[in-house]
Amino acid sequence: MDSTQLKKEIQERRRQAQSAPSEESRPAEHNMAELRKLQPRYRGLEAGHRACQGCGEALAARLVTEAAGPDVILTNATGCLEVFTTPWPQSAWRLPWIHSLFENSAAVASGVEAALKAQGRKTKVIAQGGDGGTFDIGFQALSGMLERQHNILYVCYDNEAYMNTGIQRSGSTPHAAMTTTSPPGKERMGKRHLKKDLLSIIAAHHIPYAASASVAYPADIRRKVRRAVSIEGPTFLLIHSPCPLGWGIESDISIEVARLAVQTGLFPVVELERGELTGVMPIRHPKPVADYLKLQNRFKHLFTEDPRAREEREHLQALADHNIEIYQLKGDGMDALDTDGADTVRRGGMVD
Amino acid sequence: MLHALEGSQAIAQAVALCRPGVVAAYPITPQTHIVENISKLVADGKLKCEFVSVESEFSAASVVLGSSAAGSRSYTASSSQGILLMAEVLFDIAGMRLPVVMTCANRAISAPINIWNDHQDSMTVRDSGWIQLHCADNQEAIDTSIQAFRIAERTELPVMVCMDGFVLTHTLEVVDMPSAEQVDSYLPPFTFKNKLDPKHPLSLGTLVGPEYYTEARYSLHRALEKALPEIEAADADWAKICGRASGGLLTVEGPENATTAVLAMGSVVSTLTESNEMLPGNKRVKIIKLRSFRPFPIEALQMACAGLKELIVLERAFSPGLGGILGTEVRAALAGMQKPPQVRNFTVGLGGRDIPMSTLSKLINAAKTQAPGGFAILDVEPERLPPEDR
Repeated sequence: MDSTQLKKEIQERRRQAQSAPSEESRPAEHNMAELRKLQPRYRGLEAGHRACQGCGEALAARLVTEAAGPDVILTNATGCLEVFTTPWPQSAWRLPWIHSLFENSAAVASGVEAALKAQGRKTKVIAQGGDGGTFDIGFQALSGMLERQHNILYVCYDNEAYMNTGIQRSGSTPHAAMTTTSPPGKERMGKRHLKKDLLSIIAAHHIPYAASASVAYPADIRRKVRRAVSIEGPTFLLIHSPCPLGWGIESDISIEVARLAVQTGLFPVVELERGELTGVMPIRHPKPVADYLKLQNRFKHLFTEDPRAREEREHLQALADHNIEIYQLKGDGMDALDTDGADTVRRGGMVD
Repeated sequence: MLHALEGSQAIAQAVALCRPGVVAAYPITPQTHIVENISKLVADGKLKCEFVSVESEFSAASVVLGSSAAGSRSYTASSSQGILLMAEVLFDIAGMRLPVVMTCANRAISAPINIWNDHQDSMTVRDSGWIQLHCADNQEAIDTSIQAFRIAERTELPVMVCMDGFVLTHTLEVVDMPSAEQVDSYLPPFTFKNKLDPKHPLSLGTLVGPEYYTEARYSLHRALEKALPEIEAADADWAKICGRASGGLLTVEGPENATTAVLAMGSVVSTLTESNEMLPGNKRVKIIKLRSFRPFPIEALQMACAGLKELIVLERAFSPGLGGILGTEVRAALAGMQKPPQVRNFTVGLGGRDIPMSTLSKLINAAKTQAPGGFAILDVEPERLPPEDR
């Protein structure tokens, strides 16, 4: 249904509603399927792809492409997103989409953007990659893309390990997390190193806009995507996206776990312009990091009698406290869009 | 119009005549002069294109992959380690059937590090699915570069124009630079039916499982085979415009009745041809200049070898643990002939070692004692080897 038809239908319904008996005199009726059809929403990534239940990356990619609209060309690093959306001869993308290799999403996007510029086309380019393709193997290409000031939004779906190959540690894996290449044992307590502070490195490129977001806060993602694509120049968005399989959580608590990462301060949701911090999502009541960790199998070894377990829990709590301090995440409770307020109200209604 | 130009300068001008939309490159010796000259043409407003000065060869290849898919005529150039760093992308460009053109300023591969000329770099990516055309001199490099865009865009295959580093790239030669009108009449503006366009969204580079992978790869193989007549036609049609051909798939020169031939690729062919002319008439051999290494012109080569008793393959690379690469392929290609010639195989001129005029006679002599199926590095100096390898 195109937008003209849609408007007509809405007007027709309103006319019927006005001529119909008063609200009080008839029972409330909602045909959810019909209502959904009436929502004028653009979808870049269709349903029917092969992502796991509760996949944060699939949700994030849908939100990003919805917000960016139809005049977009996507590039994609090798990874789950590429695999579950395009098993030949099927594709879940309604946008022009290109996948080349694991480490060159940013460079391919640079080429697409250069061609668009050469042809005088205004289409926006969005490069996509997971944390492995962004923090690690694709990092050089990303840095080059930012330095050359290409007009591209780069989106990193951060699920904190190489999930497509079966959960191996990446530069983004949190400290102490268990993966298949950072297993706990007699000599180890999971990943020995810290999660790379990618956003600071990105910010050091002094690009117009860089931000982090979480799938737990869809409205925040939409706002940031719209902001980023409206800017002429390189922009970057890091979206924390749980992987139920890799994190060892039930698929129906994906969003809850993602929200806890933000509420504890472990994953700060911030905005940076030209390298300067310009916005944060305040935390209303910082929650203990243990609340976040204990829901996930990848931190299971931190809840044992082992004396190192407590030490590592404290270490992770200290990292969260540090984030809260340096980004001044502690809110005063008055911000309706803080970690407890954002996306808690179901907004809706007809669009004229 | 005739100009005295350095090879790299000539290539830059020839590429500019082809009106690329996007050029991406990363500096590496001996390719640098090409990208420097293109940069200057862009800076002076003589070439209107997006020049993307990338942070690695890997990204240079990735940028032209993206720009080609987005519908712009795209060009890059590299050499040696750069080609190897690009290798993963080169396979991908070919597999995605993107008509990118690149110049390979042929250079040796590390270790030991060496910046001088041989063919080990382009040989290493021979299975990537790129068309590989070798140039014997700078005029051929100019003409082949122009033809490369037409071949690439008609076959939807990437084309690598191989020219010897330093020997060609850094040498001043008098060349005829075609006019813009000549090139425009030969090369239509680039239109790509599979381009990335929100009005007609396509998914490019999707995951292909065992059900279709074999067929996708077979189609690439067929596309290269089908490129053989396109390469010949591109050369013949260009010859109609500028009056000179670069040698189609291969050329044969020398006495009609000679029963020995020497086959080689690149600038060494010029050396061999000159040396041949200095031999006494009855000692002269045929010189086969192989221009198209990929696709490998099996049929044309068999025809060129009809009546030969001996074919000496001279190459500028080898496969450690096997021997010659070109020689091995030629032996395989001729195996289907009724009376194939004996194939002798020598590697020469690795890492920039000079190939003097005397090489031809030395080669003909050495061939007499080489066992069937043999291989040797012709110019290895025993006294420079460790004792155990002498």
